[in-house]
Amino acid sequence: MDLALKDLGDYLVGEFPDEILGCEVAFDQLTIKARHVSIAKVLTFLRDNVNCQFKLLVDICGADYPEREQRFEVVYHLLSLTHNNRIRVKVATDEQTPVPSVTGVFSAANWFEREAWDLFGIYFSDHPDLRRILTDYGFEGHPLRKDFPLTGYVEVRYDDEQKRVVYEPVKLTQEFRSFDFLSPWEGVQQVLPGDEKAGEAPPQPKPEGGA
Amino acid sequence: MAETQIRNFNLNFGPQHPSAHGVLRLVLEMDGEIIERADPHIGLLHRGTEKLIEYKSYLQAVPYFDRLDYVAPQNQEHAFALAVEKLLGLEIPPRAQYIRVLYAEIGRILNHILNICSYAMDVGAMTPMLWMFEEREKLMEYCERASGARMHMAYFRPGGVAFDLPPKLLEDIGAWAERFPRIIDDCETLLTENRIFKQRTVDIGVINAEQCFDWGFTGPNLRAAGVAWDLRKAQPYDVYDKMQFDIPVGTHGDCYERYVVRILEMHESVRIIKQCVNDMPGGPCKADDYKISPPRRAEMKQSMEALIHHFKLYTEGYRVPAGEVYVAVEAPKGEFAVYLVSDGTNKPYRCKIRAPGFAHLQAMDFLSRGHMLADVVANIGSLDIVFGEIDR
Repeated sequence: MDLALKDLGDYLVGEFPDEILGCEVAFDQLTIKARHVSIAKVLTFLRDNVNCQFKLLVDICGADYPEREQRFEVVYHLLSLTHNNRIRVKVATDEQTPVPSVTGVFSAANWFEREAWDLFGIYFSDHPDLRRILTDYGFEGHPLRKDFPLTGYVEVRYDDEQKRVVYEPVKLTQEFRSFDFLSPWEGVQQVLPGDEKAGEAPPQPKPEGGA
Repeated sequence: MAETQIRNFNLNFGPQHPSAHGVLRLVLEMDGEIIERADPHIGLLHRGTEKLIEYKSYLQAVPYFDRLDYVAPQNQEHAFALAVEKLLGLEIPPRAQYIRVLYAEIGRILNHILNICSYAMDVGAMTPMLWMFEEREKLMEYCERASGARMHMAYFRPGGVAFDLPPKLLEDIGAWAERFPRIIDDCETLLTENRIFKQRTVDIGVINAEQCFDWGFTGPNLRAAGVAWDLRKAQPYDVYDKMQFDIPVGTHGDCYERYVVRILEMHESVRIIKQCVNDMPGGPCKADDYKISPPRRAEMKQSMEALIHHFKLYTEGYRVPAGEVYVAVEAPKGEFAVYLVSDGTNKPYRCKIRAPGFAHLQAMDFLSRGHMLADVVANIGSLDIVFGEIDR
């Protein structure tokens, strides 16, 4: 299984030396990295080529890695019923760079791309109908980004005087606490709450005789 | 005679319509009674499961999976447990695998009962709901006896199952499995050859195999179009490779065949349940690794080490090696998968949930175009939509 996947990966790299940046087999699963501009071309090849026949696009999802230069990853999962294997295609992008939509290759991509746009703010060019899908009408922000707080920014309640649902900033009776259970005994960062000097360089002694 | 201007009108279907199976808002553009365009608005049940899981340890993430497709919670947990085990490289004991397969099939029957009955109710048949829900109740009792919870079991944990089965439960499930096929047959007498049911479903919402691939269909909806594809056979997990069962397929891919495939799948599930009950091996029901699965309570009274393990597991949780996996199971609705990215800490870095219903509902526009308004209801019913998993 592993070898067959490796062969398939090498074959794809050979077919697309410019478009595919690399392939990798981990946990019995094949991952290829592609350039975002040529994703539609690669997926069309994967769908139609006799050795691939990945006819089913099962999933598209985003992932956010804020520390990277291109922070978003769009991950396509394809399934081949003929050869009974799967492939994962990844492209990297950032907030500005649009990824070409693959709705022309697989109709199923439509909602999955809308979801990635909604939750991550990854823009897909040439998408027929790129609206928000899971969040509320008029929602602002992209909730699955790592810099979006878990509690969100707004909450809703029914206002009896205005006779409608109103949005208000989130009020927490207790601040959201993210416990770091990773290392309860060793290496705890002793940061005092409200200690704004923590992390700064130690204060330099002032030169004498200044004005 | 003055020329009259005929305009299409928009119809809002849902979000509180009983045939919308939850909170689907469907904006229909209609030309008289004919549907020109269907635009499902989803997300009314969005709870941010994927975001929440990123802030929870691997064990705390399990109950969220129950609340996705709340009709068959076991199967969702199964995908997550398998994904974590794959990252950990963990082998689980055979008894746990058999218990999982047993309950996954119970989940499949739970789902198909609900779907068939509510679908029949949408197109006008009341009685199946009344007859079959009694069986659903019994199955939920078996869930309760195993895990303490009727629906949201949180029973399939990474590393095995939460508890061993109580005595006598297997005999009761076995006895139930002997009786249940007759009840399916009773239900079939109400529907399969029923004139009204057939008028409402035959040749409605037809989709062929190529179109199924294009729209990302999986599960019974794909099999009704004649594609014999079942992950339990093609990419078996746990002990499905030891089970004898067949894959029912349709030929035509209309609403009626989607119903028939589900009925036949219930018979196959009963077969698998019987095999599980008969072949159930003894032994532990959790992986023998105290860094992953908690120690027994009795042991904690005696052993300091067990106590420390317990404390560590329920505060810090376990760390999962960095990597990413995509693990799919054949949930009752289709391919349910978890794409899990781990960064080596005790919380998932990213956990994408691939819900089969999401892809199926997407094809509503394709399936409903040119049909009558009443056929929309049959289409929604036959696709097996549950909003817990679609909206996540």
